[in-house]
Amino acid sequence: MSNEQFRICPESGLQFHKPAENLMRANAVLAVVILLIGGVAALMVTLTRWPAVHLLPADRFYQLLTSHGVNMLIFWIISFEMAVLYFCSSTLLRCRLATPRIAWLGFVLMVTGIVVNNLAVMNGDASVMMTSYVPMPANPNFYLGLILFAVGALLGCFVFLGTLVIAKEEKTYEGSIPLVTFGALTACIIAVFTIASGAIILIPTYMWSMGWINHIDPVMYRLVWWALGHSSQQINVAAHVSVWYAIAAIVFGARPLSEKVSRTAFFLYIAFLQLASAHHLLVDPGISSEWKIFNTSYAMYLAVLASMVHGLTVPGSIEVAQRAKGFTKGLFEWLRKAPWSNPVFSGMFISLVGFGFLGGISGVVMGTEQINIIIHNTIYVPGHFHATVVIGTTLSFMALTYFLIPVLFRRKVMFAGLAKWQPYLFGIGMGVFSTVMMGAGTLGVARRHWDMAFTNSAIGFDYPASAYTLMGLAGISGVAAIIGGGIFILVTVSSVFFGKRLESESIYGAVPTRLMKAEPIVEPAGGHAAAGKWGFAAPGTFIFALFFLAVFVIYYAINWKYLASVWPMS
Amino acid sequence: MSAIQPPSSTIWWSQPLDRVEGTWIAIALVWSLFMFFMMPFWHVYGKQNLSNEAYRTTPEAFMSKTQAMIDQYTVRTETAMQIPVVAPPPGSDVYLLGRLWQWYPLLELERGQTYRLHISSMDWQHGFSLQPVNINTQIVPGYEMVLTITPDTLGDQTIICNEFCGIGHHTMTGKIYVTEGRP
Repeated sequence: MSNEQFRICPESGLQFHKPAENLMRANAVLAVVILLIGGVAALMVTLTRWPAVHLLPADRFYQLLTSHGVNMLIFWIISFEMAVLYFCSSTLLRCRLATPRIAWLGFVLMVTGIVVNNLAVMNGDASVMMTSYVPMPANPNFYLGLILFAVGALLGCFVFLGTLVIAKEEKTYEGSIPLVTFGALTACIIAVFTIASGAIILIPTYMWSMGWINHIDPVMYRLVWWALGHSSQQINVAAHVSVWYAIAAIVFGARPLSEKVSRTAFFLYIAFLQLASAHHLLVDPGISSEWKIFNTSYAMYLAVLASMVHGLTVPGSIEVAQRAKGFTKGLFEWLRKAPWSNPVFSGMFISLVGFGFLGGISGVVMGTEQINIIIHNTIYVPGHFHATVVIGTTLSFMALTYFLIPVLFRRKVMFAGLAKWQPYLFGIGMGVFSTVMMGAGTLGVARRHWDMAFTNSAIGFDYPASAYTLMGLAGISGVAAIIGGGIFILVTVSSVFFGKRLESESIYGAVPTRLMKAEPIVEPAGGHAAAGKWGFAAPGTFIFALFFLAVFVIYYAINWKYLASVWPMS
Repeated sequence: MSAIQPPSSTIWWSQPLDRVEGTWIAIALVWSLFMFFMMPFWHVYGKQNLSNEAYRTTPEAFMSKTQAMIDQYTVRTETAMQIPVVAPPPGSDVYLLGRLWQWYPLLELERGQTYRLHISSMDWQHGFSLQPVNINTQIVPGYEMVLTITPDTLGDQTIICNEFCGIGHHTMTGKIYVTEGRP
């Protein structure tokens, strides 16, 4: 292995392998380009669903909504995740990347897939939404683009797994892989399952669109497609939880409260998250309640349990690290004295809170078999997943990007003042957006719907005025969040291409060093939890967790009450 | 920095649990199990459950059953399109079809009476969304879903479509009138 391939970042101490570095940069730049395309579509869609503006005609609206969904939920996130996978393997384990050429082949396939799919959508005969439910037909290139992209992403997963093997063979680290790499491995395993499901359904659908197969059962399609569609969001969960742990480690030097608990929680994701295809089939014909209940609850909510555990252990580890630095006053000094003006931290923390309170609770509530009757396909659903995928995943990836600009791209962050405010504008804007959409969904407003006034319909219907108010608020907060997203793109693109170079620090030829184990835990005088309260190492976090649980229980009960008020049916 | 370093001891699974974690895991597990058992509980004691009753069908077969009901129980027609309003007797099988872009026919049901409502699609997937009472189900071509419903509110309910079904999706509506019942 030639030393010219390695450099060590002086601030972070991270070691970069040149081919891995180039791949990470390429994937991250690709991701941001997609984010820009998806963001423009987001603006158009938001301005159309804002009743007072109602910008686009119906055909353009559905076309751009399709583009927004596919580009954001699939292309942006998975492209960025490829960079995360290479970072968590080659960079964190201080080893060379396996088969960079195959990784580049994967990248080229992903780009090709993105272009093919986007051209099909732009052509106007593939406005079938991200889900492309059969038997509504799309231009065959729509499916072909997704298939090519998925094959490329699969190659990236294999390169990640190969890199883990190399690191072990070449003994570049001591002991077990770090927790963050463990989380990335979780994401990778779920990704392989997801992509396989995608292949199983999209290849026949492509053949159907070409006329080679004459029928695809629509319920079977929904079942298998959602093993792609929902599980791909579980890749995100595993990836962004890993990013939370990584940022807690980078910013605070936090160590997990216990490796056992955090790793077991990741393992529960692998074991149960894939069952979530059921969330989309709760009011479908032809599927039994027993199947729905078992699968929608991820087998007795064991994957929800895992997320509740991460929701405690990530801030808990920050609290313990802060208390060790002397921020021990009261329950929350550790949090008040956190670096709130550092967007790496603020983005990560808003992501954690938004994902848990807005995305997590609403997801469990709407995924309850019977409660889904009052929520299915209303605009509550995009309200929920903008909290999980946008606040949870996208915002945590943005936070990580602020760390990567100097470390990976060797550039100084430009517009640092704007960057400081960006996570707040984006996170809070998106939080309001999600909340008001959930409110409108509770009033029955439909998702994927051009006109809530039902213009030109033979039989009209008027939503209550409050539904219009909520959709107007969704328009305003959505635009605020999009401006926040625009600031992110401005900061990253200008920093990466025009930022001040940190030249002197890009010296290759470093001698690769081995990744050492963490220092053994030094017990503070008076025992493990002496810096905390009540024998708890992280009492402030525990109070937060109890508050979360109280909100969860109340909101869950309210929805059962609401369900009980609708027509009896059996 | 530790979450991005290997654990300090290779045998990391023998590290004891922190008390804050143990307590939280116990609480979260109890809550998870409670939420799980709430669903079967509601099947036994709750009044709002979807039946598991569904059949394979074809658009032609479903259309002919719907037409037979319309021929027998139409009470009037509405709108310029002369859409039939059908008032089937309480307890009977009621057929509703979704197609581009209409729920057909319009229905008139009596409050407090129970009906077996059969729904299917003639073409693509549709979303049966009854407003403002807010009942939503997925309607899939080739499948006939049966809901046993008891309307308990007087007045008009509008059926909208909340599964995207093409350019006219927003014009796809229908009606269920709930009346006091004829003397």
